[in-house]
Order: sequence, then C-alpha cells, then structure tokens
Amino acid sequence: MSRDMYDLIGLIAGICFILALKGLSSPKSARRGNLIGALGATIATIIVFFYANDGKALNNQPLILGAIAFGVLVGVPAARKVQMTQMPQLVALFNGVGGGAAALVAIVEYLKLGTDATVAQVVATVFTVIVGSVSFSGSIVTFLKLQELMTTRPVIFPFGRQLIALSAISVLATGSWVIASGGTSPLLINALLSLVFGILFVLPVGGADVPIVISLLNAFTGLTVAASGYVLENTMLIIAGTLVGASGTILTRLMAQAMGRSLFGTLFGAFTAKASAGSDSAQARPVKSGSPDDVAILLNYAQRVVIVPGFGLAVAQAQHTVRELADLLSSKGVDVAYGIHPVAGRMPGHMNVLLAEANVPYEQLVEMEEINPTFPQTDVVLVVGANDVVNPAAKTTPGCPIYGMPILDVDKAGNVIFLKRSMRPGFAGIENELLYDAKTTLLFGDAKESLTKVVSALKAL
Amino acid sequence: MSTEIMSTELALLAIFLLSIFVGFEVVSKVSTTLHTPLMSGANAIHGVILVGAIIVADHSKTTLELTLSTIAIVLATINMVGGFVVTDRMLQMFKGKPKEKKKQSDEAGGQN
Repeated sequence: MSRDMYDLIGLIAGICFILALKGLSSPKSARRGNLIGALGATIATIIVFFYANDGKALNNQPLILGAIAFGVLVGVPAARKVQMTQMPQLVALFNGVGGGAAALVAIVEYLKLGTDATVAQVVATVFTVIVGSVSFSGSIVTFLKLQELMTTRPVIFPFGRQLIALSAISVLATGSWVIASGGTSPLLINALLSLVFGILFVLPVGGADVPIVISLLNAFTGLTVAASGYVLENTMLIIAGTLVGASGTILTRLMAQAMGRSLFGTLFGAFTAKASAGSDSAQARPVKSGSPDDVAILLNYAQRVVIVPGFGLAVAQAQHTVRELADLLSSKGVDVAYGIHPVAGRMPGHMNVLLAEANVPYEQLVEMEEINPTFPQTDVVLVVGANDVVNPAAKTTPGCPIYGMPILDVDKAGNVIFLKRSMRPGFAGIENELLYDAKTTLLFGDAKESLTKVVSALKAL
Repeated sequence: MSTEIMSTELALLAIFLLSIFVGFEVVSKVSTTLHTPLMSGANAIHGVILVGAIIVADHSKTTLELTLSTIAIVLATINMVGGFVVTDRMLQMFKGKPKEKKKQSDEAGGQN
C-alpha cells in the first residue's frame, strides 16, 4: 500500500473519530457515535497491517497478533463484567494503560532511530515518555483510590510539596539531558522519574477531585498519542491524539466548573493540608434516626418529594428499588422528581447512567440549577447515599475542602431523610452539619435494603 | 511529483493545529449527563496508539525493543477494545427499552 493510500484511509479513520466525539456530545446520537469511533479504530488497525512493511507480512506478525488477542481477552471481559459502580476506576485504568503504551511506543521508536532522530523527534519522544509515564502511574493511583484499595483522602507526606517540586525538576532535567546528549539510559531514567512524579502528583488529590484528574490525564494521554504520531510521521495518530487532547481539556474544564473549582486549585493542593474542617467538634453529637415506617409515613403525606441519589445508591445497586419507590409515590399522587447533582457519584453523569439503567423517565431527572429553586416548596427530600453534594459546608465554611462547590440546597426543604450506611463522612472526608439538623431523619443501613423496607411499609399504609 | 506542495513537517503541524480547533468545537456544548460516556469514548479513541505499537513492533530488532513493543500492543489493545465496549455499555442504559422495563416490573410484581 502506498503512503498516500495509507494516509487517505487514515484520514477516513480520523473523520470517524471526529464524528464519534460529535455523536457522543448528544444523548440521541451517543451510542452511534461510539460505534463510529470503534469503526474508525478498527479501520486504522487493519490497514496498518497492509502498510507498515510495504504490503508484505509484518515482521513478528504472529507475536503482534498474539499480543492483540491477549489484549482483547483481558480488555473485553473487564469491560463487560464491571459493575456500574466500578466504571470510573476502569476508565482510569484503561486510560493509564493507553498512556503507558504511548510511552513505550516512543521509547522503542527512539531506540530504533538512534542518532538518525531529528531534534524535533527527540523532543516529541521525551514529551511522550514524560507525559505517558505520568498518565500511567497517575491513573494507577486514581484507580487504587476509587477502588478504595488505598485511602480516598488526600495523602499528605512530610515535605510533600518539596518532594513533588524536586521530582518535577528532576524529570525536566533528565528530559533536557536526553535532548542534549541522546543515549538510551538517560531516556529510561527519565521514564522512571516520570513514573515517580505521576504517583507523587496524584497522591495529594482528594477523593472528590479524582474525576477531574482522570479527565485531565485522559487529555494528557491524547497529547502523547499525537506526539508519537509526529515521531512516527503518522497523520491518523496525530488527528486522533490531538482530538482527544483538545476535547479532553475542554471536558476537564467543564467538569471543574460543574464542581465550582478552578483547575489550578484542584491540581495544586487546595485540597491538601486540613481535610476535615469542623469534624472534631461533631463526634458525639446526637442525631435523629428513624425506622422505615417513620420514613414511609413522611413520604406518604408529602405533596412533593425530591430524591437525591449519590454514590451510596450505586454501591447498593439500589437504582431499581428507588424507581419502584418513586413509581409507588407517583401512584399515590405525590409529585416526585430526582435532583441530580452534576458530580454526584464518582464521575459526572454517574447518576444519570445509573438511573437510566433502571428506566427512570428522563424528564424526572432534574439538574441542579432547575431543582434548587424548588426546594422551599418541597416537603421531603430523600437523600440516598449522597453526602458532599448536599453539604451546606460548601456555602458556610470557608476553608473547608469543598467550599465554593455548588450544592443541592436540600436544607431549604421541609424534611430531609438521609439513607446512609454509617455516620462516616462523604468521599471528600468532611463532616456534614445537615445530619444533625432538627428536620433531618436518618435511616441507617444499605440503601437497597432500607428502600425495600420503606416500599413495603408504604404499601402497608 | 517533482515539487512538494508543503513540507511534511509543516503539513503535520497544520493537521495538529486544525485538530485542536475541531476537538474544542465538537464537545463545547455537551451536557453534564454525557460527561462520563464522552470521557470514556475519548479514552477509547486514544487507544489507536495500537497502530503505533504495531508499527514499532514491526521495526523491532533487539529483544528489548520487541519486549517493549509487545507490552505496548497488549496495553493499547486493552485501552482501545475495552474502552469502546465499556462506553457502549454505559450508553446502552440511556435507551429505555420498553421490553426490559416490563420484565423488571414483572419481576418486582411477582414477589407480592
């Protein structure tokens, strides 16, 4: 296959990726968009077999095909079996391995080019190795945080800032060393230091900010793919990588906006230092806990009920039960809506995906800006496993980690019912004053079990 | 062809810059509902680094090169194939199929 022919088909794949992102931006066309993206990726993968070795079978072809088969055998079952709750960390993991792959591609191509590499190619290689390695190790840390294999709180270590600065400087220094003198060892040292920097960089990020970091690392990986496309002089890789880099940057900004946080603040330690404002004073204060029957009665005599879902709903897989409850209330003439905070759960849109799975009518899902003015007219708010997104500390406590984040104003409603597993604070690790409020009732337990009990209590009324 | 219209470098730069604008443009009006699937879909797209991994695996001569490029192929495949599958799973749920709905309410109803 000639170079022109290859680039032409590569261009078709690139157009597929543009259409894919376009499609993914609107609910109606999203699924088709994803399929178009998959089509583009398939085309790009198949044609490289006819191009890379001038039309002859590739060198090492059995190994290449075997490696692809192995990747499919690992990736597909993981993607199929993962529960909705674990989706965010799987995306983080996929992103990380992509970044790792880009870094490895750049290293191998660098080894091959040796002294033939142009300065621009070496610069692009160093960029790919640094950013790809950071993306890889950083994503692994976000995975561990989300999977709760390590603490979700910001990890603060002595001389943290100095260590991070030191590792950043050493990454840049070794990078310049590679550009100035070439050689294999400097590049490998550079890669190792970048891995260390990736870990140090993500460790201090608090749980609630993890989604933003995943999105940012995703954009980073896109840029590394573009840079390795430059080293390999492959147009398709440049298009695909740049598209992801650019759209990922916009997406990261949109997500940060939805959380009311500046990107800079997220990345450089606004969440560091004291993670638990006011929690000391709140240890042994009384709370009002109720039985499922109490909750059923409150709900039964309400005019308007707003359900606020959070990560606890996802953990308990309670989306079907919550819909059953909502349907039951609707049939009793209660006005029911869902108040969806943009970042409830562990990723923006997490709740929408989850409730869509339970076939909750789309029009019942009300976004934050629209539902907030209606809380004063709402009799009961049922908070199912959410915490940070309804925490008034975001408004009242300057200096607390979520200060400034827009929240659902559930404290304006007549009654608030929290379904919670325990008194443990939310993902951001901040005490919620609303739990101690006089109009709040707590129903402890797994969200699904609690909801099932409330449903049967309600049926018995 | 005797004269090139543009040097390769310049053409690649043009592609890069134009792609930035396209990337900004296509996602600028996405609703929060779709942030997660969009991120996941974009994540799958950068899995086409698989193509780069295949190219370097073809070039690989030494054991080190071959080992690294094989690992790169495995990782990139996981990223690409897994990414598209998981995105499709997220998006399936946006389509409220009436059939499934009925089945679930039957199950729920059967317990009474």
